[in-house]
Amino acid sequence: MLESYAAIGMMISTAFFMGGSLLLLGWLIRPSKPSPAKEQPYESGVPDVRPPRGRYTSRFYIVALLFVIFDIEAIFLFPWAVAFDQLALYGYIQVLVFISLLLFGLLYEWKKGALEWA
Amino acid sequence: MDANLLSSYIFAVIVLNVLLGLMAYMTYIERKVMAAMQDRIGPNRTGPVGLLQPIADGLKLLVKEDIIPKHADRRIFLLAPLLSFVLAPVAAAVIPFGDSITVFGHEVNLYVADINVAVLYFLAIGSMGVFGIILGGYASANRYSLLGGLRAAAQVISYEIILGLSLIGVIILSGSLSLVEIVNQQSETLTIGPLQLPNWFILSQPLAFIIFLIAAVAETNRAPFDLPEAETELIGGFHTEYSGFRFSFFFLAEYISMIVISLFAATIFLGGTDGPIQDGVWWLALKACIFLFFYIWLRTTVPRFRYDQLMGLAWKVLLPLVLINILLTGFIRLWGLGML
Repeated sequence: MLESYAAIGMMISTAFFMGGSLLLLGWLIRPSKPSPAKEQPYESGVPDVRPPRGRYTSRFYIVALLFVIFDIEAIFLFPWAVAFDQLALYGYIQVLVFISLLLFGLLYEWKKGALEWA
Repeated sequence: MDANLLSSYIFAVIVLNVLLGLMAYMTYIERKVMAAMQDRIGPNRTGPVGLLQPIADGLKLLVKEDIIPKHADRRIFLLAPLLSFVLAPVAAAVIPFGDSITVFGHEVNLYVADINVAVLYFLAIGSMGVFGIILGGYASANRYSLLGGLRAAAQVISYEIILGLSLIGVIILSGSLSLVEIVNQQSETLTIGPLQLPNWFILSQPLAFIIFLIAAVAETNRAPFDLPEAETELIGGFHTEYSGFRFSFFFLAEYISMIVISLFAATIFLGGTDGPIQDGVWWLALKACIFLFFYIWLRTTVPRFRYDQLMGLAWKVLLPLVLINILLTGFIRLWGLGML
């Protein structure tokens, strides 16, 4: 088992090495002539006057919060699914209650308008 | 280093290189298939029927200047594409390409690693790919890039849940998170009356399969869910400021993720290397090609979603459906085992 993870670790480092050597090769052969005009952030050809990292909608935070709740749900369901045959009816009823709670939670968020983007 | 680890490592290097080669020709095939669907010719100048086009593209990107915008966060800007590029092919480590074969009298397994949490590993690595996108979008210091990165993050985390939950039904039936074990179970024969069918999980989990397919397209940021790089509203999205080979790393990552998730879908739902005659890696390749063709077909057919439609689809339609699918699968399984 530990050997499998070692193989994965070696695969990741090889991928890093491959990517890094490609970048190094590019760095050796590509031209580099920076100029102030090239370094301007792209803004459809007009000078950019507003700060680049400005404000954006808080909807993204709500999605992140929802993600945390439901991703934890998914993580709880994986071990249950693996041991489904052993846990039998008892485990099923527990998960039924768990999923219904979260489904009601989702309905509540829906009614509150947390899922609307308009 | 012992012989087993060495053979796994050699296989890993082969997988990495094959994926890179396949990715290059995936772009060619995509352009040719799209051209055929839109009644055009497609690339045909570079080499016979344009077959050298991917190599020409790669070379061109390699010798292009790498422009770094003035306000960019340099270190993150330079590293983000590499992160995307590394994580995309590494997810393929757990996919079984067949049983073991004998090379020079030594037994070689046709997978890099058979770990007991293979499904979770795949989901984890698959969703880490978005780090490259959001870091690249943030570090560019361009508001189109930032918006593209944020959109990518929100989209990937929403569809990540759907993708994970749609696999729960399959895991209830297989009782294992190991992909080798899941493929072995699918190679058994299912007898329904006079019919002899393979025990592929697409037959017992059709709803989960459809939901997985939709989530997989969204997870790889492909049309019609390609909001993070919607040209008409965000220029190039998260890669607006990228040029040269760093730009191509994002491109490579997107196409490699497509190939890897197609292999994963074929393994989970279509029996992997199992086929009607002579099981082997060719069946896996054929099934993955069907998914890849579906990706291209979808891109030429369906217009892009609006952002509220995209999030609405995930949270209001797919999430309730996938939870109901889990409860139904569990109920039927209990009934089938006589445990009710």
